[in-house]
Amino acid sequence: MSVKRDSLSLSFAVGAYGTAFGAASVSAHFTVLQSCLLSLLTFSGASQFAVIGVLGVGGSALSGIATATLLGTRNTLYGIRMAPILRLQGFRRVIAAQITIDESTAIATAQKNEEDARKGFWITGIGIFIFWNLFTLMGALGAKAIGNPAAWGLDAAVPAAFIGLVWPRLVDRKSRLLAAAAAILSLALVPFTPAGVPIITTALLSVAFGWRS
Amino acid sequence: MSAQWIAVIGTSFFAFALKYAGASVPAKWLAHPRVGRINLFIPIALLTALVAVNSFASKSKLVIDHRIFGLGVAIIALALKLPFPVIVIGAAAGSALAYHFHF
Repeated sequence: MSVKRDSLSLSFAVGAYGTAFGAASVSAHFTVLQSCLLSLLTFSGASQFAVIGVLGVGGSALSGIATATLLGTRNTLYGIRMAPILRLQGFRRVIAAQITIDESTAIATAQKNEEDARKGFWITGIGIFIFWNLFTLMGALGAKAIGNPAAWGLDAAVPAAFIGLVWPRLVDRKSRLLAAAAAILSLALVPFTPAGVPIITTALLSVAFGWRS
Repeated sequence: MSAQWIAVIGTSFFAFALKYAGASVPAKWLAHPRVGRINLFIPIALLTALVAVNSFASKSKLVIDHRIFGLGVAIIALALKLPFPVIVIGAAAGSALAYHFHF
């Protein structure tokens, strides 16, 4: 039974971050409807924050899409890991694909047998989907109601959300070195390239750092 | 169509395509360890760049303004292992305070 309890509490906790996304999205000049559609259709936190983060600093739609898409590539690898456990066809595979994210995969791979893994995947994925979308709507409506985002610190909430997402990934020296290099490269490019380009360019650093083990 | 609409539709399309590809391609296609390593590093590079640019860029200028207080609060909260909502709300509060004092 504990897989059910773990999945539900994780769903609520993660889903509540949707408030931050909804508020940040509206502050970055997306409408409430566009914010909600991103949560329904993109449904991948880092990609969603990335696209509003890039357009929020004046980047083009293309660089926003490219940055968000590169952040979504890890979901492909999660899907490959989950496929032999889920063994799905047709419509169920479409639904499972949409809820293949960090948390549903993490819960599933932490289980001892395949039945619990499947249970954890579905409860966590669907649970986060529901809460994430509800809280996105609340955050978006809240931000719309309060006016000037800077007066409420919402312009700082966006980088805070990003640093909260990246911090747990800085587990070794190479990761921290890469983070420092990415920060320096992106800031160095800001005065000379169109907005959005400084961010996507750092993907080249991850290729360089990941080339050799 | 506005840039926001193009971004919403494009991001959603590719996000789903990547997820569905994972559920459908043979596992051996992406089995090379290099793919795994680069895949782990992509979020580190892009998310850190997003932190930097969203904290210190204003259009094509580098600036230090009220947002640095938000970033500082976020880093302290992370070092203290506080939960995600505290990090985000704390950063917003720090930045809003600095903004009100016209930093």
